[in-house]
Formats: sequence, C-alpha cells, structure tokens
Amino acid sequence: MSLKTVEAVKNDIPVTDNKSEEDRVISFKDAIFEATDQAMARDPRVFVMGEGVDDPTGVFGTTKGLQDKYGTERVFDTPIAENSLTGFAAGAAMAGLRPILIHSRMDFMILSLDQLVNHACKWSYMFHGQVKVPLVVRTISARGWGAGAQHSQCIQGMLMSVPGLKIAAPATPYDAKGLLISSILDDSPVLFVEHRWLYKTTGRVPESLYSIPFGTGAVRRPGSDVTIVAVSYMQKEALKAAEELETEDHISAEVIDPRTLKPLDEKIIFGSLAKTGRLIIADTGNRTGGAASEIAAVVSEKAFSLLKKPIVRIGCPDAPTPASEILEKAYYPDSGTIRREAIRLMK
Amino acid sequence: MDKKKMTELYRTMVRIRMVEERIAAEYKYDEIKTPIHLSIGQEAVAAGVCTHLKKDDYLFGTHRSHAQYLAKGGDLKKMIAELYLRRTGCSHGRGGSMHLAAPEVGILGTSAIVGGDIPLGTGTALASRLKKDGKVTAVFFGDGAADEGTFHESLGFAALKNLPVLYVCENNHYAINSRENRRHRNLNIAQWAQGYGIPSRKINGNDVVEVSKNAEKAIGLCRKGEGPVFLECGTYRWKGHIGTVDDVGDGFRSREEYDYWLSKCPIRWYREYLESIGLWDDASEKALREQISAEIQDAFLFAKASPKPSPDELMDYVYAS
Repeated sequence: MSLKTVEAVKNDIPVTDNKSEEDRVISFKDAIFEATDQAMARDPRVFVMGEGVDDPTGVFGTTKGLQDKYGTERVFDTPIAENSLTGFAAGAAMAGLRPILIHSRMDFMILSLDQLVNHACKWSYMFHGQVKVPLVVRTISARGWGAGAQHSQCIQGMLMSVPGLKIAAPATPYDAKGLLISSILDDSPVLFVEHRWLYKTTGRVPESLYSIPFGTGAVRRPGSDVTIVAVSYMQKEALKAAEELETEDHISAEVIDPRTLKPLDEKIIFGSLAKTGRLIIADTGNRTGGAASEIAAVVSEKAFSLLKKPIVRIGCPDAPTPASEILEKAYYPDSGTIRREAIRLMK
Repeated sequence: MDKKKMTELYRTMVRIRMVEERIAAEYKYDEIKTPIHLSIGQEAVAAGVCTHLKKDDYLFGTHRSHAQYLAKGGDLKKMIAELYLRRTGCSHGRGGSMHLAAPEVGILGTSAIVGGDIPLGTGTALASRLKKDGKVTAVFFGDGAADEGTFHESLGFAALKNLPVLYVCENNHYAINSRENRRHRNLNIAQWAQGYGIPSRKINGNDVVEVSKNAEKAIGLCRKGEGPVFLECGTYRWKGHIGTVDDVGDGFRSREEYDYWLSKCPIRWYREYLESIGLWDDASEKALREQISAEIQDAFLFAKASPKPSPDELMDYVYAS
C-alpha cells in the first residue's frame, strides 16, 4: 500500500462487547505495544514520534523494536520541544496522517498546551469540520520513588475542560489495547492517559484487532452499598478496598471503571447509584478542579435524588507532589483511604 | 518572468488592496462583527510568494491573512461572508476574519496565536515528506512570531528533517505597537534562521519582483527535497494592528516613519515599473479596477444576503465526524 495514494483505510475492526472467549494473558505494557504494532501494520498513515521513542528501552517497552520493523520515517526521536512537537503532529494529521505523539511523563505535555488546546482541539470546530486532526497524544504518569513535583502529575482532570479533546484512561490490558485502537481510528485529538503502575498488571487480551467505543464504562465488581468510580490506576486501589470492605467490614462496594473521561458514561454511574445511593470517586490527579470534581458535579446536577449521602472525592491534596517517602505516603490516597471513606459513608 | 505573470502579480496586489480598502470602508457600519487585521501596504509578500505555489500546496497564516487567502486562490465571496459571520463563509461563521480556511486550495487554517501556525505548517511539510507527495508548505508569520518558542523549535526540526517548507517572515517591524528593537537585539531575523542551518535571505518585501524571484527559487529548492528555506520580507502595515485606525503619532509610530513607508507603496512602485517597460497604461488600470470593483461589489452583496448560522448548529464539529 503506497502512503502517497492512501486516502482512507477501511475500518473493518470490530467493536467488542468485552466477552471474547480468548484467554491469552499479557501485560498492560505489552497490550499498548501490540495495539501500536498492529495499527501500524494495517494503516501506513500511522506513525510514532516523541522524545526517546527509538531508544533501547522504547518508552518502558511500549515502542521497543518498532523502528526496526517500520523504519526511521515512521518511528522517530524528536527534539525536546513539546509544544511544537504537538503542532508538527497536528499538522501532519491535518494533511491526512495519523500520528501518535508520546510524552514519557505527563508533566511534559504541559509545555504543549498551546498547540494542543489552542490549535489541535479547536481546528475542527473553527473551520466547521473542513479540517480534521486525528491525533493521539500518549502520556505516562507514575507515582512514588521520589519522582517529585515535576515527574508525577496526572492532569487529565484539568484537560476535561478543553473542548474538542477526547480522553481515554484505561485500567486493564484489555482496555489499553482496545482503547488505543479506538483512539487511532478516531478523527479527533485523543489524550491517552497511561499510568506506569498498571504497566506490569496482566489480563486477558485477544490477539486480534478490536476497538472499544468511547463513553462506555464497565462494572468491575458488582455491589449494593456504595459505588466507587475509580479512574486509571485508582482502579487497582478501589478493587483492593472493595475486597477488604467485603471481608473485613461486610460492606458491598460496586466498582466502576469509566474507561474514558470524555465522553463520560454517566448512565453506568447513575445505574449503580440507583442501587447504592453512596458515591466515592477516586482519581489519580489533584482533587481540586479534577476529574473527580467534574464527575461529582455531573452526578449532583443530574442524579441528586439518588444520593443518600454527600459525594466523596478522593485524589491528591491541593499541593505539589513531595519527594520524601514519608510525605509521599501522606500525599497519595490508596485502598486504605477508599476503605475509610466507604465505612464513614455507611455510618 | 513572462509578461502575463508580471501583470498577474499586479492584479493580485491591486485586488488585495481594493478588497481591504472596501472592508475598511464597510467596518464603520458595525455589520462586520469580528476583529479585522488589515495588511494594506504588505501586499507584495503574499502576491510574490503565492504566485509560485501550486493549488494543492499548503499554506498557513495568521490573524492577518486576507492577503494570503486571496493570493493562494481562496474564494472572495466566502471570505467576505466569513467577515459577516455567515453560514456561507469560508469557515461557516465559526472563525471570523482571523480564522480563514480554504482546504480546496491548500489553506488548512489560520491561527490567531502569534507563532501558532509555524509548527502546523512544519507538520504538513513533515506529512509531505513521509508521503512523498511533492507538496510544499508556505508558512506566513510576522516579526513578532520570531520571539515565540514555536519559531525556534520549528526551524530546528525542519532543518533536521529537510522538510519542504518555506518560512515567510513578514517583518513589518511591529508586534501590535511594540517595535522590534524593544523585543530582540539582532534585528536580522534571516540570520537567526541561518543559525539553524536554513538557507535564508533578508529581502525587500515591498518589491514584488524581488519577492517573486526569491520565492520561486525557494519553492523550487523545497520541491527538490532541499528545504526548508527562510525569507525575511521587510515591509510595513499602513493600518494599526487592528481595525481601521492608523496608529500614528501620540506615542504610536512617528509621522516621519509612516510617511516614508507610504512613499514606498509596493503597488505604486510596481505600476510605475510596469508602465516603464510598456506593460501597463491608464486604460489597463481603469479596466482592471472596474473589473475588481464589480467582483468586490458582488462579494459584499452575497455576504450581506447570506444566512446567519442557526443556534442549533452550536455544538456541530466540536469533534470531527
């Protein structure tokens, strides 16, 4: 297939219902790699750029070997120029390509907000859909090990207020692959939020290509007393808390994974609240003005009558991330935080 | 340059001037409800560069892009309708004067963030290199944009990757009312580009022949895979940064400076040149102006009679579909 003549690649990728019978188990990191590899193999318009994407570690393994396979034109290292890099990718997208731009720390994308917010995300609207920007921005966050204030941020909540941007935040290997495929297929800019503490988690992932529709959440664990909506890595903490709540405290928690923050599956949250009447929202970012705040606002506006208790937001306090392990422990919420709040809500 | 191309350059400049003079004249009626940034006095740059671009070559511009839009072949009626924020406008009333697009002739949009279009045009050039489609991108920006990080980041990357992009800096010496020597020390922006390893020239942007010759060579290099190329075109905007005022005196530009540049009118100079070599006379001038006046009149009638967007379109195309 010659790239010069490719105007479109037929989308014959099935949308899945998450009920595949395949039982192959791989890691979250390998699911990201596989989605990228398969997307590049099927569509010559897809290319990968970013700081260090071709170095031996390959962005924690997620791009390792891709340059050998697809060449230096489709997988390439870049200058340390996050803002313009975003514009280069957006411009290439306007010209019909499908770039994947990677920031190995989410903090670095803050430098790129002019090209992302002022340009890429507004272009379709400002020009009435005449120019499309099918851009994927992958960002990776982590926590702990003294990473400090500039190598640890999760700003997806801040970016929910950007019109024209879609935000995916997978928490399982299955979703990592399916949502990355969906993001690449999408004709709008997509922020793909990854958390490194999920990278080694394993799960069932079909070998074939599949996509997951944006705006469809998943119930990860059914329950009847309290609803926990947990974003990205907080899924792991929420599931641990739910387990302890059941065995130790005889509290039945329902854990919901929104999977995409924008668009947000509001119905799945309202459906759960109709059973429980109690809501905890846990996000990896700062609590003030964050993803949990936005979800809480939506519930307050549209489903207030379902609430028996005030909504609880769990997130990082209104402070930069400290490096000291003592202060980090105080800073980050975990399963214990979620469990405590659930017990309090049940009193 | 052949004779037809020489008179065509003149026609392009006069058309831009007459369109913008009409916009300025209509602006006082408050029916054009969008900020306008006129490029009267700078017409030679857009005309001289765009005459060498092919229809499907890409162009990116700024908040001040009426001239580039027209020179690249954008539809006049759609541009005027956009100024009147009508559904028939080139951006369907979504963009206004600062956000013009005409994808059918390679204009993928203009940005009102200073320097904002430079990475985008570098990106389409990147796509052209990957696709090997032979297209060239022209990115227009002012001297103010040279202060932005995007300028430096983009030039470095384009040089690294040998991208087919022509950077056109229209140096009109002012960012709003901040004179260039209050913003940077080295006033030779072309030298900055040379620092990135980019072939670069500082030229007289009011001499359409000089602009055209340099643009032809630059675009040829880009098309051969020997881009990027940088042209700094010295020029002057007759109007203030925004609207129809002149911004002269009282802490603005000096009267002497303003009068000097008016004496360097790119259109009058070029007309005298064409007359001196027997390619132009009063009769051809009269015919040209009558023809353009009629076209402009049609465009304004079309715009004013066009429907406005409807409130139910508000959320359309937030996402592409």
